[in-house]
Order: sequence, then structure tokens, then C-alpha cells
Amino acid sequence: MSIVTVQLGQCGNQIGHEVFSALCSDIRGTHGLCSKNENQAYQDSCKERFFCEEQSAVPVARAVLVDMEPKVISQALSMAASSGLWRYSSHSHFCQKQGSGNNWASGYCVHGPRHKEAILELVQREAERCDRLGGFFTIMSMAGGTGSGLGAFVTQCLRDAFPTSFILNHVIWPYGTGEVIVQNYNSVLTLSHLYHSSDALLVHENDVIHKICAQLLNIKQISFRDVNQVIAHQLGSVFQPTHPAGGGSGYSRNPLGDLMETLVPHPEFRMLGLRNIPQMPESSLPFSTFSWPGLLKHLRQMLIAKAPMEEGIDWQVRPPHPGSSIPCTNKPLHFNTSIANLLILRGKDVHSVDLGSFQDPSLYTSWLNPQDAFNAWKTPRAFNRYEKSAALVSNSQFLLKPLDSIVGKAWNMFASKAYLHQYTKFGIQEEDFLDSFTTLEQVISSYTNL
Amino acid sequence: AVSLPFAVGQCGNQVGCRFWDLALREHAAVNKKGIYDEALSSFFRNVDTRSGDNAPDIYRGKICSLKARALLIDMEEGVVNEILQGPLRDVFDSKQLITDVSGSGNNWAVGHKIYGCQYREKIVEKLRKTAEHCDCLQCFFIIHSMGGGTGSGLGTFVLNLLEEEFPEVYRFVTSVYPSGEDDVITSPYNSVLAMKELNEHADCVLPIENESLFEIVNKIHQMINSGKLGSTVKQNSLVTSSAGSTKTLPEKPFDAMNNIVANLLLNLTSSARFEGSLNMDLNEISMNLVPFPRLHYLVSSLTPLYTLADVNVPSRRLDQMFSDAFSRDHQLIQADPKHSLYLACALLVRGNVQVSDLRRNIERLKPSLHFVSWNQEGWKTGLCSVPPVGHSHSLLALANNTCVKPTFIELKDRFMKLYKKKAHLHHYLQIDGMEHSCFSEAISSLSDLIEEYNELDATKGGPRIDPSRLKIAV
Repeated sequence: MSIVTVQLGQCGNQIGHEVFSALCSDIRGTHGLCSKNENQAYQDSCKERFFCEEQSAVPVARAVLVDMEPKVISQALSMAASSGLWRYSSHSHFCQKQGSGNNWASGYCVHGPRHKEAILELVQREAERCDRLGGFFTIMSMAGGTGSGLGAFVTQCLRDAFPTSFILNHVIWPYGTGEVIVQNYNSVLTLSHLYHSSDALLVHENDVIHKICAQLLNIKQISFRDVNQVIAHQLGSVFQPTHPAGGGSGYSRNPLGDLMETLVPHPEFRMLGLRNIPQMPESSLPFSTFSWPGLLKHLRQMLIAKAPMEEGIDWQVRPPHPGSSIPCTNKPLHFNTSIANLLILRGKDVHSVDLGSFQDPSLYTSWLNPQDAFNAWKTPRAFNRYEKSAALVSNSQFLLKPLDSIVGKAWNMFASKAYLHQYTKFGIQEEDFLDSFTTLEQVISSYTNL
Repeated sequence: AVSLPFAVGQCGNQVGCRFWDLALREHAAVNKKGIYDEALSSFFRNVDTRSGDNAPDIYRGKICSLKARALLIDMEEGVVNEILQGPLRDVFDSKQLITDVSGSGNNWAVGHKIYGCQYREKIVEKLRKTAEHCDCLQCFFIIHSMGGGTGSGLGTFVLNLLEEEFPEVYRFVTSVYPSGEDDVITSPYNSVLAMKELNEHADCVLPIENESLFEIVNKIHQMINSGKLGSTVKQNSLVTSSAGSTKTLPEKPFDAMNNIVANLLLNLTSSARFEGSLNMDLNEISMNLVPFPRLHYLVSSLTPLYTLADVNVPSRRLDQMFSDAFSRDHQLIQADPKHSLYLACALLVRGNVQVSDLRRNIERLKPSLHFVSWNQEGWKTGLCSVPPVGHSHSLLALANNTCVKPTFIELKDRFMKLYKKKAHLHHYLQIDGMEHSCFSEAISSLSDLIEEYNELDATKGGPRIDPSRLKIAV
């Protein structure tokens, strides 16, 4: 099954480009460390999922590029083409000239309806090129105007036009300290709207990725390109082919569907966080050895203690005593309760890994059986030069604190009515804001009471 | 997206002239292949002049003849004629000019009421013509001074006109405010009458004070002549310099000061023209820096003022650039933002600067700055990859800060001094359409604005009480 990626706004298009580059470079690499057949199956599966090869010298990304100004798309198209390894289709992009001005209302109320037909047509065409459509993956930031506002509108349109397809929104959360002054307004409006039309939100926070670049990768002068490449690596570690959880010899045919099934048992809980291990500078790789127990021990503690990466983890945080029923108010303060977790393991000796520590019932809420709350996907084919690597996609309280912080700041600004005239002039009224705040306070409350 | 500058009056056109010259210099430095690209198209049309005056625009391919997308308006011919006879003559055609002969006599009412009325249709016609050539018109820039008659009166008339005819296009105004020792006695009247128009019809105003420009010019002269600089300064990097421009023009007395303003406009529009990892368009500036419609006055600062010739720039120098942006002597008006209250702040960085440099400096400088309680993290940032000519990097800071208040208070005081004595009022009142109420409404508008800033200042340093959040029934 194939996934159609929709890249929205500057952030979405910059990241999308890095993702396809990373996928391509991974399948071409000789670091697979597995049998030739395995490698071939992996390559074929990845190509089917993300690329189209009809009559083209190089694979063509299954992607639609959307932006309200031309410079970023132009760059993405030319960088891909000049790599000589893959490219975007020359007819799958839509752009305008004037941008959305960081204004969610402009993206949602003006650009959305105005360009709906043109954008949907591109998506339809891309969807038809798939033998079987596995769903949509949209990449957007929620701080600006296009990715956020137009992105929310497009997601709604996708839901209406493809009612039975899976939609996964990849949302970038901005640095806490300003990239955009009205970022908290745009974020609140985006998240509340996406909650109503998408199947799940997979979140990356700029602050977290920045720390990884600084402390794990030792990059001195961190650029957005560095940040985007880490994000692309993490996404690749989730979406590159794997064998399905139940075993079976072929690669999984329905990654988005499987993801939703394992991680989103209840519509009120759709926020997914992502952690990846190990992450280190390429130069250190030849000198490092990894063991699965070591990697999983760190990853489990990162989950429990809500750590962004494998350094600086708080090892004091422990799950509540297993077997006892503790009302949620008594749970240890910093412990991260999960609804469901998905572990993705790639590389050497992957089938002999002991996953018991992730099946511990004390990690989870009581609604699902621990067997259902935890799943693992595996492949012996190593990813992106890491002999062993593990990714964790988690529906848990990972994002509770950052979400609460964003809503708090937005509310603070809303109470003073600052900037509201910029939104009302394009059609978003105070009541619309209140609806969005209500939706998100509900989400915060639900996650808090796990 | 296209930005359309209008130069109105003597000051406006002198600055405009420097702007077009430096714009050509900037694009020539970047555009090595002579291909007409998106970046050039924001300011220039590409025309094959051999096909005559009404030749259609050429949208791609080699550069033929670049024509500035501009309107030059003056009620005296001197300045505009000089431009048309000088090396920039090929950049403009006669259809972009509106001139008269007698000037406005430093009288806002003459500019606004008499010439406004007289030239309204002609201005609208030329405006439409110019706009037709634009693929996507995003923003108008008015460049003018406040203290005279044409720039101030006719300039604000044009502002009104733009709002009526093109309500969806942003209106940015670069206004040069008169100093206390201004030659023109009636400059306070002209300025306050113009301020009312700016309050009501502009989206963003960038006030500039001649004193600040003058001090910057002096500072640079001192640095160069004192011999304190270890190595030589790169001539074309001076924020005041015309060196290296594509047309050689004889240096005129106000050129250095006007170059600063020209550089301000180039930096402001750089991210809309050139690529970068975090683009910042003009509509984003308006969106992020104007929390309430009338509070749209932005204090600007440009750094660095010059670059030394040595190539290695340790990050200490880079951090110094950020510190300088917040210092008193880099502001383009006589103001000290550090000791007043920030409503919002934008940093547009050009050149080899990355997001980690931005974040490090914001973290470093934040503690010493006062931000309003509902916008504690009020930073808007932009990263443009292309630096200005002669620099490896540069920073434009735009602040919506209560430090503009003293400028307005002084203006009000100078106005009242004249008005109380009814000095020179008859020059204005004898103009058709002018009455005492024009004056009282104008000063009232200015007083209201000052009061809004006062209310904000009163919140500075006060206890921070966050409003309670919505409660959800569980």
C-alpha cells in the first residue's frame, strides 16, 4: 500500500524534502547487514510505499507540495532533482505568491476555500497513481499561517473526500521562545481543528530536537536543516518497512492502518510522541557497539520519565507498584502513564530481543489488556547506518506538559485580546477561539486523568 | 510578491533615489547570471526598451532593461529632475512621475487638500497602471518626511487613497520626523496633521529621526578617522555608503543619512526576495508586530554599521551584533527600548547565521528586556540566507515598544507651543477644507495615542497575574 505525503508551508516542504532524501539514501545504502533477499524486499516495499517509478529514471516521490509563496517549493524541487537519486513529480505542486502572513485565519478562511479544488485535484491524481492507497501523511508546522491554517483546512477536505482513508498529521511544535509571536494562537486553532478531522497527530517539538542536535550530535552551529534531518531520521525509523507484529514473512502492507489500530483505541486520545535511540554523530558510529537490552532499558526510562533523549534521563522515576490500584491523583508525579506503545526495532539479532519490560502493566492505564497496549514491529534490516536502532511511538502523557504550556500562553494573550483584530478581519471570531480552547482543555483534562 | 515604493516630496525622493541605487547594487551582487528572477521581480520589471515605450514586460530569461516598480511624486521639480538626468534615469519612465512646479510651501494643507484634490485622478490612474504590471501586489511603501508640505500632506493623501483603492494591500510608511531644531517653523503642525492620517490609515509606520541618522554618520566618521580600527573597513559595507553602486553618482550631503534609510528598506524586504531557512514576509511583520490596530509604530535598528575587512568572524562578534541592535545608538529614532516596555520584537537576520545563534542570543538578552505581561515570549524571527553587500551577516530589529512615546510627546509639546499662540495658523485656515477642527482632531488623535502608551507603561514591572483557565466538567 502506498502513502501520499502532503507537504504544507515552509516547514512542511523543508522537512518533506529531508524525509524523502533520508528514505532514498537508506534504501540505497550498503549498511543493511541482512541477506540480499531481505534487502531487496525492504527496498521494494519502501519504493512502493513512498515512490512511484512509472517511466522515470529515478524514483518519483508520492507527494503533493503546497505553499502560499513560491521560494521554498522551488528550492525543494530543484534540490531533489539535482541529487540525481530521486525527484518530485513536476506536476504535483501548488503555490501562490503572497503567503499567509503567519495568520491562521488567512490560511483557513481565505486560502483554503479559494484553492481547495486545485489542491484536491493534485491529491486525487497522486492517490490514483497508487495501486492501493494506504492513507495520507501531512507535514506541517502549527506556528505559522499556511501549514497551520491551510493545513487544517486541507486535512478537513481530505477527510471529506476520502472518508475511509487514514490520515496522519505530522505536526511540528515551535520553539517555546518565539519563532512567531502569534504561534500559540495558531497552535491552539490548528490542534483543535485537527482533532476533529485527523486520525492521529504525530508530534515533533523543535526544542527537543534542538537538544538532540546540541547534546547528542554535538553540532556547534545548529541550522534548521540540521533539525529537519533529525526529524527525517526519526520518521524514517518509524515508516520504513517492517514485518508485522504477528510475524509473517512479508513486509507489512498497511503501516498507517496498523499504527492507528495499535495506538489510537479511543478518539479522545490522538496525540502521539516519538522517541528514537541511538542518536550520535556519524563519526562516532564505528567506535560504538550497542546491545538490545541496553537500548531498550534507556528507551523505557525515556518513556517513563518523559525524557527527550538518552542523555540526562531521570532514573529516579519509577512506575507505581504493580498490582495495586492507585487513584490517578496518587501516582508518582513525574511518571508518564501510557495508553499504548509501539516499538520499532531494526537491525542485528532483532528477533531475539526480550520485550517484557515494555509489557509491564504498571506502565499503562487499565482499559486495555497489556498485550493489546503494547506492540512491536521488527526487521533485521538495519536503518541508516545504525547497526541496531529502536523507535518508540507512544500514546501517553509525553505531550501533556508542552500542550498545557501552549494553551496557557495562548489563553493569557487571549485574555488581553491582543492580536484578535488580525484574526477577526479574516473570519475567525472570539467564539471560534473559545471553541478551540474548550476542545483542548478537554484533551488536557483527559490526558491528565489517565 | 511585489512591494511598491512611493516616494513623495523632496526627502522621500532623495531617500528613494538612494534606495533604488542600493537595490540595484544588491541584486547585481547576487544575480551573477543576468537572468531576471523572482527576487528581482519584487522591485523591478524587465522590459525590452527597443520595442518602444509600451513594450510588454518580459517575465523570464535574460535581463534586458530593468525598470523600478515605483511612483515618484513631488510638487517641485528639482529633485525628480535631478534623478531623471542622473545615472538612474533609465530605471524610471515618465509614466511613473507626478510633478508640479511650485511646491507646497511647507504647508500640509496645500499638499493634502489642494494638490491632493488636483492630482487625485492622475495618481489613481498611474497607480492602477503600475499595479497591473504586478503579478501579486502585497505591499505599498510610502517614503516621506513629516515636517514639510508635500511629503507630509500629499503623502498622507496618497495613504488614504491607497486604502480606498486597494484595501487589501498592506500600507507601510517610512516617515522622517523633524527634530526640535528643524528649519521649518511649521513642522510641528505638518507632523501632527500627518500623524492623524498615519494613526488611521497606515498598517505599519517606521519612524525615523534625522538626529539619530546624523549621530550614526558621525559615529562612523569617528571610528574611521580615529585609527582605532585594527584593519581597514570595507568601504561598501558602511551602512552609510554608496560605494560600489552600479551607477556612479556624485556624493550629496544627505546621501550618507539617506543610505541608512535605504538599507533599512532593503533589509526589511530581504526575506521576501531571497531564500532562507525561516522566511519573513511583510504581511508577517504586520501580523506579529501590531497587537492592537493603532499601536503600529515600530522602532528600527540596523547592525552592523560597518564590517572590517578581515574575514574570520568569531561568534563573539556575531553576539555583539545582537547586543548592538538593542543599544540606544543603533536605533533610528531617539529612543531607548531597553528601558521601556516591549509589546513585540522582530529580528530579521541575514547571512550565515543559524537558528542556534538566534536562540542563544535571545536567551542571553531576554532577561534585560521588559516585555508586556501577555507577550512574555514575544519574538518574531526570520533567517534570510543572503547577506547585504559587504557583510557576511546583518540584523534588522523592529520593536513595538513604548519608547516611541517621548518622540510623540515632544511633537505634541512643540505643536501646542505654536498652536496656543495661533502662530501661522492663517496659512492653513485659508485653504479650502481646513478648519480649526482639523487641528483639534489631529492633536486629540495624538493625545489618545500617547495615552494608550501611558496605560501600557503603567503595567510595566507590576505583578503578573495570569488569568484563570477554562474549567472543564470532568
